[in-house]
Amino acid sequence: MSRAEAVRRASPLWTLGLFRSELLTTFRRWRTLALLGVLAAVPVLVGIAVRIETGDGSSAGGGGGGGPAFISQITNNGLFLVFTALAATLPFFLPMAVGVVAGDALAGEANAGTLRYLLVAPAGRTRLLFTKYAAVLVFCLVATLVVAVSALATGALLFPLGDLTTISGTRIGFSEGLVRALLIALVVAASLVGVAALGLFVSTLTSSGIAAMATTVGLLITVQIVGQIPQLHAVHPYLFSHYWLSFADLMREPVHWDDLTKNLGLQALYAAVFGSAAWARFTSKDITA
Amino acid sequence: MGEASVREPDGAGAEPGVRAGDGAVIATRALTKRYRGGQLAVDGLHLTVPEGSVFGFLGPNGSGKTTTIRMLMGLIEPTSGTAHVLGRPMPRSARAVLPHVGALIEGPALYGFLSGRDNLLRYDSADPTADPRTRRVRVAAALDRVGLTAAAGKKAKAYSLGMKQRLGLAAALLQPRRLLVLDEPTNGLDPQGMREIRTLVRALASDGITVFLSSHLLDEIEQVCTHAAVMAQGRLITQGPVADLAAGARGRLAVTTPDPADAARVLKEQGVADVVVAGDRVTGEAPERDLAEVNAALVTAGVRVRGFGVERASLEDAFVALTGEGFDVAG
Ligand SMILES: Nc1ncnc2c1ncn2[C@@H]1O[C@H](COP(=O)(O)OP(=O)(O)OP(=O)(O)O)[C@@H](O)[C@H]1O
Ligand SMILES: [Mg+2]
Repeated sequence: MSRAEAVRRASPLWTLGLFRSELLTTFRRWRTLALLGVLAAVPVLVGIAVRIETGDGSSAGGGGGGGPAFISQITNNGLFLVFTALAATLPFFLPMAVGVVAGDALAGEANAGTLRYLLVAPAGRTRLLFTKYAAVLVFCLVATLVVAVSALATGALLFPLGDLTTISGTRIGFSEGLVRALLIALVVAASLVGVAALGLFVSTLTSSGIAAMATTVGLLITVQIVGQIPQLHAVHPYLFSHYWLSFADLMREPVHWDDLTKNLGLQALYAAVFGSAAWARFTSKDITA
Repeated sequence: MGEASVREPDGAGAEPGVRAGDGAVIATRALTKRYRGGQLAVDGLHLTVPEGSVFGFLGPNGSGKTTTIRMLMGLIEPTSGTAHVLGRPMPRSARAVLPHVGALIEGPALYGFLSGRDNLLRYDSADPTADPRTRRVRVAAALDRVGLTAAAGKKAKAYSLGMKQRLGLAAALLQPRRLLVLDEPTNGLDPQGMREIRTLVRALASDGITVFLSSHLLDEIEQVCTHAAVMAQGRLITQGPVADLAAGARGRLAVTTPDPADAARVLKEQGVADVVVAGDRVTGEAPERDLAEVNAALVTAGVRVRGFGVERASLEDAFVALTGEGFDVAG
């Protein structure tokens, strides 16, 4: 009997195999690719719309009135399409995509029955949960970068590139602008950490992938509606979406860190609360599916 | 659970501390599971699976076989009682025990959008004690062992039920195991496939692997198992070596003769109970005394005997004798 044991001398690094496999599995799902496709299409549509609307030389958004942030600047500098696209997708498209992936993370496996085989492999419940959360966070980053890169490519194709003016009125060089764009993309990705934790928690509650996805997206919509009702302003600072648009402060000179750090702190709080709840639930749950 | 071996650190995947205990690979004590709905699925189960056995776990639909297996594999928490697998308590020692256990629970479950090979790669990478350097080789060997090499590149959603079942078995065979837990492994297989599985189980058993096999097919258990346990309505009715179980229901004496009426009379005189005449066959419960004397009595009485012998009781006879009922689902 010692034969089987002699073969096993596990390396701590092997535990990362599950994370790698999780990423491969997530990004090979048709659903994930469809979500990323939709996200990539948004900047293209915005870019084309702005281009058509400003074909006569006037600036978009009626000189800075409506529309997402920065939209009036796109015609001067394609780089602004990155900021516009992130501002347009952050309230709904991005968190919805994250909610779908996070909601399905465990519930989908339970639904398909593959969860029990992962657990007897044995993946370990805590390890599996962390791996799932890490993979969802990677999806947050990839989804944001897909929007940003698609916007940058569209912006470069349809509009001139060059130096840009910050919200504070100062001018920065194009390469500095690119760095800011990357920073903004990272902050936007980090803004999704809370939704991701919420989705993962919902995912531990049910063994129906569809129900978990629908619940998470439903919660997202509810939070966004609550955020629009002035009478409920007392709860607004606790909504995960409250500081989302603070990423625009990265386009000030100097940068206003106040709301940015509040946003990151709130996301960390959501991750801690719902991450713990998900852990408590998942490690004690009967897996019968 | 007051056992000395319990205090092993959890999560030490590949330690040599997993021991076979006192020869029992699986040992449960008063294991009980009541589902949240209130259903008492397993009721005070005392099960002992000896090392090296092929253990048949029999019972009608809904008798609690899968529930027991779920508890053994740490998927669900027992309501009360304890379960030890490879000498260690479950579900607490799951991470140390399960790398040595291959399992097929309630049929296979696969990622339909992945190929058969990629499914196995995924399951293997879920095991932190599985060496990634040998992963592809081990996956190929497992596929080969269940005869799926040719279909390995096909998407799993395009697999037939039998192919899925084989792939599930392959997942259980990715590593050298000490225990295989197979919940109805021949479900959905064609007769050829069933035979292959039986051959595979025998081959694994001869390698020294303990096989715990649930089934409701009695002849299947009888053909491959050395030991068996019978469940009904969540309770264990009996367990032991298959030969003993079958012997529990004594075999029947069968006489083939052109003079059945005379034969029946003589057999009754000789103390054979429950004599039944069917055409030229007369059967009855084999008596305690020497059968040679019974045969001599028949011949002395002028009964012409074509055939004389004891038909071994089947496990099915044993089951019916034990449960006093057929093989029906309890309400
Ligand atoms: N998840 C569950 N929740 C509530 N009750 C359950 C659950 N799973 C099984 N049961 C009940 O527990 C009992 C035992 O079921 P189990 O699946 O263990 O039977 P089984 O012996 O495996 O049957 P089969 O031969 O049909 O696979 C049944 O009465 C069943 O209705
Ligand atoms: Mg079952």
